[in-house]
Amino acid sequence: MAVPRPDPANGRDRGSADLGDARRPPIGCEQHRGPDRPSFREVREVPLSAFSVDAIARLAGPQWLVDRRSDAAERFASSSLPSTEEDVWRYSRISELDLDRLAPTAATATVEHGDLGRATIRRADGLDAEALGELPEVGDALVWLHHALAVDPVVVDVPVGVTVPDPIVVRHQGAGAGQATAARLLVRAGADSEVRIVEVFEGGGDGILLPATEITVGPAARVGYVGAQLLDPASWSVGTLELSVAEQATVTAGLAGFGGDYTRTRTDCRLLGRGATGDLVAAYFGDGDQMLDYRTFQDHVAPDTTSNLLFKGAVSDRSRSVYTGLIRVGKEARGTNAFQTNRNIKLSDDAWAESIPNLMIENNDVHCSHASAVGPIDEEQRFYLESRGIPTVVAERLIVAGFFAEVLEQLPVADLRASLDAAVSSKLRAVLA
Amino acid sequence: MPDHVLEIRGLRAGVGGKEILKGIDLTVASGEVHVIMGPNGSGKSTLSHVIMGRPGYEVLGGSVTLDGADVLAMAPYERAHAGLFLAMQYPTEVPGVPLVDMLEAAFAAADRDVAGMRERISVEAGRIGFDDRFLSRPLNVDLSGGEKKRNETLQLGVLQPAIAILDEIDSGLDVDALRACARRIEAATEETGLGVLAITHYNRLLHELRADHVHVLARGAIQRSGGPDLALELETTGYAAFGVDEPARADAAGRADGGPLADPFADPLA
Ligand SMILES: Nc1ncnc2c1ncn2[C@@H]1O[C@H](COP(=O)(O)OP(=O)(O)OP(=O)(O)O)[C@@H](O)[C@H]1O
Ligand SMILES: [Mg+2]
Repeated sequence: MAVPRPDPANGRDRGSADLGDARRPPIGCEQHRGPDRPSFREVREVPLSAFSVDAIARLAGPQWLVDRRSDAAERFASSSLPSTEEDVWRYSRISELDLDRLAPTAATATVEHGDLGRATIRRADGLDAEALGELPEVGDALVWLHHALAVDPVVVDVPVGVTVPDPIVVRHQGAGAGQATAARLLVRAGADSEVRIVEVFEGGGDGILLPATEITVGPAARVGYVGAQLLDPASWSVGTLELSVAEQATVTAGLAGFGGDYTRTRTDCRLLGRGATGDLVAAYFGDGDQMLDYRTFQDHVAPDTTSNLLFKGAVSDRSRSVYTGLIRVGKEARGTNAFQTNRNIKLSDDAWAESIPNLMIENNDVHCSHASAVGPIDEEQRFYLESRGIPTVVAERLIVAGFFAEVLEQLPVADLRASLDAAVSSKLRAVLA
Repeated sequence: MPDHVLEIRGLRAGVGGKEILKGIDLTVASGEVHVIMGPNGSGKSTLSHVIMGRPGYEVLGGSVTLDGADVLAMAPYERAHAGLFLAMQYPTEVPGVPLVDMLEAAFAAADRDVAGMRERISVEAGRIGFDDRFLSRPLNVDLSGGEKKRNETLQLGVLQPAIAILDEIDSGLDVDALRACARRIEAATEETGLGVLAITHYNRLLHELRADHVHVLARGAIQRSGGPDLALELETTGYAAFGVDEPARADAAGRADGGPLADPFADPLA
């Protein structure tokens, strides 16, 4: 069955057009304007050729999961793909996504762990529909496609009061050539529990991976999370990280983004109980033609909640990065402390970094700040190192590595530091040669 | 003893389209201590920056050579490899870069043996009474004014340059630290034949660091040169004799190179 689709040559943009939003705060970089874009709203329907409900249902798994995935596939079939008309997709490369080229494919995760304490890790075989939870009520085509393709959900439950001594590492392969895959991780940390989770995204060909990670942090629980995106250069990843934090609980989440062709992570941190804290950091480094895309939402729902966000990026060659972040402080969230900082180093003239912080504050008793910057390597810092006898490129590598060190030091899983340092150094050797 | 010589001849330089140095002549040889004094805004830091190659300055004429080699044609790091060192008036903060990494990179770039760098650093720290705990901090980040100056002195000790330009190394140092740092530099003149071009406002630096020559830099040129007595004399007479009137000095002080604020290290009694 052929569903009419818009002419692919039409209504397609590179996602970098339309920067003329009057609400954008001034930032310290030259602004790139894309080509003018037609003003009609772009509607891209979902092709059913490869992504039929049947094709999706044929992927293996227990019947309850096939049913759930088929349900999602049906919703997918009647939904539309996101468009750069939507604020949260602005500047993205979503309009380049060509699902016709891709086939639904089953992907499995690898889980490594040491001493689990009394925590459990369950996969499809050990789960049922109830344990995995309902499908969300609303979503766009990519949300439904994620659920339709998630054949190997990983569910970590940490009982009340349990401290898991060793980090749990969940590895996902990027989607292979011509594939669309999903990765799903659910972490539920009971009251006063403690756990550290590492998710690694690696490998992959020129397919798309749709990851979604949901972490529920119970009262007074402490959760550390690191998502390390080390995909191969052709790979796409469009994912979400959802953090729900109860009273007196703390989540520290770190993202590292180095690989892929287009990779996007939307992070929502909801501070739902009094005294909840969310610390969010990220280090991302683009080279070649890749684009790294980060959206964040610090949602202060309850009183006396704190969020600290520090996202740092570097772009070199012709690479691009996007950071847009929103802090929302709700009516009930008196005594909120919310901070948001995004700094970017632009290492070449052709590289491009967008940085858009936003605040939405609905009560007076708050302490909020946001800062954003895009600029080249600091000339004074470079001169200081050079004056000690360090050649220019070596000085620049030290400065960029130092720039990221502030983020990498805050990652809640120290074991990962060496491999992320190595990822930074190898990029630095390539782009500052 | 090594035998190096830094020669500055007819050096003219400007910044922001304004000529600051209007013909500087100075010769600093190994083992010698030259002191430059002069009113705020007279161009002392400009001279130090131009010698080291800080971006933003325009050389308008003259020459700077080290052992005959054209310093002005070299990149800043090549000047360092040639044997120059600059202790800055306002050392730059470099977030995330620890001292040891920087010094190892500096040694590696100059084909020097990096082995034992931590040991070298702690020996030098010990010589100036600098607490080891500062050394793992990123360069100059969250260091007090005096700690930054000790950090500069420590680097001088490790790098062992031929000629060091010290731009107000004494400002911000407490009495004990000043003595220790001045002694360390004086010792370098004897141990490794360090040649020194020290910029200062105060005679106190010269209690431990023995000056051979004192020069007055005002209105963009060396107005007078003499022995250590000249420094003492300036302390009582000021710079009025060099054609610098008080209001002009006050104005210049407000535009010192740290930005729109007055020198944070200035002696409140001066
Ligand atoms: N970027 C700049 N643009 C314009 N003028 C500048 C700039 N940097 C320095 N100057 C000016 O150059 C002059 C010389 O400054 P310099 O820092 O060399 O003085 P100095 O002798 O070191 O003073 P101080 O004793 O206060 O340290 C001052 O008048 C200063 O305001
Ligand atoms: Mg000065």
